[in-house]
Amino acid sequence: MEAVYLGIVLSPLLAALIVGLGGRLISRPTAHWVTIIGVLASFLLSLLVLKDLIVDGAQVYNGTVYHWATIGNLSMEIGFLVDHLTALMVSVVTLISLAVHIYTIGYMKEDPGYQRFFSYISLFTFAMLMLVMSNNFLQLFFGWEAVGVVSYLLIGFWYKRQAAIFASLKAFLVNRVGDFGFLLGIAALLWATGSLDYKQVFDDAERLSGVSITVFSGVDWSILSLACICLFVGAMAKSAQMPLHIWLPDSMEGPTPISALIHAATMVTAGIFMVARMSPLFEFSETALSLILVIGATTAFFAGLLGIVQDDIKRVVAYSTVSQLGYMTVALGVSAYSAGIFHLATHAFFKALLFLAAGSVIMAMHHEQNIKKMGGLRRYMPITYWSALIGTLALIGFPGFSGFFSKDALIEAVHVSTAVSARYAYWCLLGGVFITALYSFRMFFLVFHGEARTELSGKKTPKESPIVMTVPLIILAVFSVVIGWPTIGPLLFGDFFADSLRVLDHHDVLGMVGTEFHGPTIFIAHSMMSSPVVYLAGAGSLTAWFFYLKRPDLRDLIKQRIRLLHHVLVNKYYFDYLNEVFLLPRVRQAANFLWHFGDENIIDGRLVNGSARTIASVSSVIRNMQSGYLYHYAFSMIIGLAVLVGWMVLRT
Amino acid sequence: MELDLPVLSFIIWLPIFSAVIVLWLGSLGEAEIGKFVALAASLFTFAASILLYTGFDIATANMQFVEKATWIERFRADYYLGVDGISMPLVLLTTFLTPIVIIAGWEIIRVRSTQYFAAFLLLEGLMVGVFSALDGLLFYVFWEAMLVPMFLIIGVWGGDRRVYATVKFFLYTFLGSVFMLVALIYLSLQAGSYSILDFHELPLSMFEQLMIFSAFLLAFAVKVPMWPVHTWLPDAHVEAPTGGSVILAAVLLKMGGYGFIRFSLPITPDASQALDWLMIGLSLIAIVYISFVALAQQDMKKLIAYSSIAHMGFVTLGFFIVFSIALNGNGGDGTRLALQGGMVQMISHGLISGALFLCVGVMYDRLHTRQIHDYGGVINTMPKFAALMVLFALANAGLPGTSGFVGEFFVILAAFQANLWIAFVAATTLVMGAAYTLWMVKRVVFGDITNKSVGTLQDIGHREFSMLAFLALAILLIGVWPAPLVEVMEQTLGQLIEHVLQSKL
Repeated sequence: MEAVYLGIVLSPLLAALIVGLGGRLISRPTAHWVTIIGVLASFLLSLLVLKDLIVDGAQVYNGTVYHWATIGNLSMEIGFLVDHLTALMVSVVTLISLAVHIYTIGYMKEDPGYQRFFSYISLFTFAMLMLVMSNNFLQLFFGWEAVGVVSYLLIGFWYKRQAAIFASLKAFLVNRVGDFGFLLGIAALLWATGSLDYKQVFDDAERLSGVSITVFSGVDWSILSLACICLFVGAMAKSAQMPLHIWLPDSMEGPTPISALIHAATMVTAGIFMVARMSPLFEFSETALSLILVIGATTAFFAGLLGIVQDDIKRVVAYSTVSQLGYMTVALGVSAYSAGIFHLATHAFFKALLFLAAGSVIMAMHHEQNIKKMGGLRRYMPITYWSALIGTLALIGFPGFSGFFSKDALIEAVHVSTAVSARYAYWCLLGGVFITALYSFRMFFLVFHGEARTELSGKKTPKESPIVMTVPLIILAVFSVVIGWPTIGPLLFGDFFADSLRVLDHHDVLGMVGTEFHGPTIFIAHSMMSSPVVYLAGAGSLTAWFFYLKRPDLRDLIKQRIRLLHHVLVNKYYFDYLNEVFLLPRVRQAANFLWHFGDENIIDGRLVNGSARTIASVSSVIRNMQSGYLYHYAFSMIIGLAVLVGWMVLRT
Repeated sequence: MELDLPVLSFIIWLPIFSAVIVLWLGSLGEAEIGKFVALAASLFTFAASILLYTGFDIATANMQFVEKATWIERFRADYYLGVDGISMPLVLLTTFLTPIVIIAGWEIIRVRSTQYFAAFLLLEGLMVGVFSALDGLLFYVFWEAMLVPMFLIIGVWGGDRRVYATVKFFLYTFLGSVFMLVALIYLSLQAGSYSILDFHELPLSMFEQLMIFSAFLLAFAVKVPMWPVHTWLPDAHVEAPTGGSVILAAVLLKMGGYGFIRFSLPITPDASQALDWLMIGLSLIAIVYISFVALAQQDMKKLIAYSSIAHMGFVTLGFFIVFSIALNGNGGDGTRLALQGGMVQMISHGLISGALFLCVGVMYDRLHTRQIHDYGGVINTMPKFAALMVLFALANAGLPGTSGFVGEFFVILAAFQANLWIAFVAATTLVMGAAYTLWMVKRVVFGDITNKSVGTLQDIGHREFSMLAFLALAILLIGVWPAPLVEVMEQTLGQLIEHVLQSKL
């Protein structure tokens, strides 16, 4: 199977290199064919891996590909860990990547950077696969940063736009803040265990829970909590948790296919995946889990609120993504890792679907992204309409759709949790359900229903996207509907993740929820009867319908009533304001101060040139000596040496 | 391992004699032939230096390719050469970069071109001499002699303020070297020879060690350069021609790091330990303070120069945290990791900073300005160049998969074993390094064309592409697979760390 694993990661890399380095030899069709074949190969091989594990009952694979470096007893390797968690992630990543590759043929048809784009998304797929298949922290960090770089390149893909290159730099730097924590977390684990290998570190976790490190003299912290919190800081940036979420909405400056692939379905979920992968560590740190729970819950609710006031179609979906990532984070915080991963998987399908549908709308509207200027598109683009509706229903958790299963199970798990902040999280999530439905249907109604709010006649009549774009929509829509049915049982309440995730007995909230699980149909019925989730979603949808279709005139009135809140939301809680108006100018001032005052004034002005002036005569002599002829210099050097040698002879 | 072929002598003297021939050809008016001779000599030297790698025995920490002959009997100074895992990679770095620098000046240097190429060949031989000399006096001669061609390169082919820069450079380095000479002479009197290896074994009192350490510190700290004796570097870089900047950043700065690991640590281990807080402090200041200063720069060369100082901070940090790691670490191999990190960082910084200075040179050759605000949107007219420059910038920001990551990664991991907060401060480079490098890239490479002159730029041709591509390959190779570099240094550093942790008192 080693060859299969290698094939999975190398085929997209090879495709990316061929297309990226081929230059003018690569025509447009060649570019998309080569990369699509690369990703398709990856996808098919990943199905093989999945079958190998599920049907044939293969053992977990944990092996080295090559030795990266060996220092003393510390061996750093590149290698793969293939268990059920990996296999699931690899399949989801390659499938969505494949759909996005195909969709891109239509979306980027007119773009001069066509080949470059395909090269980037294949490179991204490679990096993401390296990340999820890693069996050690070194490679994890490589994948972690590599996906960040490709994201940087893709956000700034349209490099002529100031907004795009600003957003790409911002995304990279915010992610670097996370990586700063991430790297320290890895360093802490190395200090504590002497290894970068998952297995060795995990095997040591129980012992580590008793080890502490002196932070200040007299203040000792648990090394495990410190490491887990540091790692989670990395996850906060990558998975856009507050307050490090600020880069994700801006990342929408990139082309829409990558918003679907990178900024909704795969890269941003790397943080969730990472924490789940590290569950053998996080399980032993109540402190880290509590922090995760609070951050996730806060993000789920408050980022959702921002979605209500956005007018840019992609930014609505972006805030929705931040909020949904908050849901997954909450699941991690109550040790319901498999619920987090399950929601990650279903979310990957319906959110990629929503983004691609949004892209289809944007194409039809000739790159207009303001939903206030849309309306009535239902008539012109039926496939996009229906797929967007399916995506929306899945997102809000309509019974039977994939998002329903994952979100409901997740909320139920939080409900039964006894963790310190579980109450707070539970209410945030319930509020989030209402809000999710509200912003989702607000957008949906504004885009597809009602009257067209701009001139859509003549040449500008919107029309349905070409088949290369609608087919991926249909594929993703099908998955968004059905994927929950067969998977909820084994993933959440079965032993699918038995070889990958570790949950301590007293944390096992899913086990408690699972006692009442008797198949998906009964799960739906049970949930309808005992949980408010579905009704909250319904209420949110109705609210959206009332204010955006039935009585749009009431909106201004409401806006007046909650002016202050509205103001705070429109300004995105002032995070960007704080950074751009307060923090960045201070950094620049500090930089200029250190340069002009520290280097130029103190060191150069007082110390160096002060002494230089006293040797000014020397320098003027030297200036005269600078004839530029080599032999003059050689000559003076020989004289210098002669003087030196003479001095030493005399001395001895 | 004694080889019949005097490979090291060959690598030292071939370029020096070739320099003479090139000068002679220049005086005959055969500048074109001179150029080809210079390139051929540098390539030949590089080819010869590969023998050092292929013939290197990684299982031993001993000096290899040793050559020894009596030089000045009176002082018991020998012509004594040899390389170990520390110096061999640095020699290769030197011989790898010299042909690239010659290619970089190929069509650019019009004034006294043969003298320019000859100066670089001369410099190459002397730099290899510095890294391979095992005799203190021989080392000193190479060390000082090397400065002459460097002064020439800046002073003759430099910018408008080249005299100021040269004098500053001269004063700084000369001041340090004088003290080093005194220390070397003292050591030779004690040891009865100039052999550096004898110096290593010499028992010294704490007072002696402190004095010698301070003398070395002055010489090496200026070279690295460490804060606060760094201000000559930005000036020297700004005034130097492209090739001069490349060699300055890529190889000359490494002399400082090499000095610390070859002289200070093994000769004065107790003083190093006693003063390690100072070295760590200065290194951290270099990493944080200088990163801020880099952020404020408007001149690309200055920015990269400051970035060099910050990156070299990891070298000195890696070398001097070994004592705290030995005290606080969990008995793992943190000490080795730290030294490896410092060494890999030296090699990697040589490649990356060299590449970035070449990039600035490529743009300067076209528009004759280094100011960031004179550019913007270079990618529109020079896509190939932009791709390479972005790669080098990401490497400078320490992206995994490039060599820039490896050294910093090792040092930060090791620093945590010394002290949580040292690692914390050092790791800020992840944010700051990315900030100053990529902000420059944003303003220079990306964006729409705002300056008319940028619209007229021609993309790089084969000559420029090849020199940058070779560097890119080397940077990626070390990033993806550092083992070939790391394993060469393993034994030497392992033995060194044992030696250094053994008190001489």
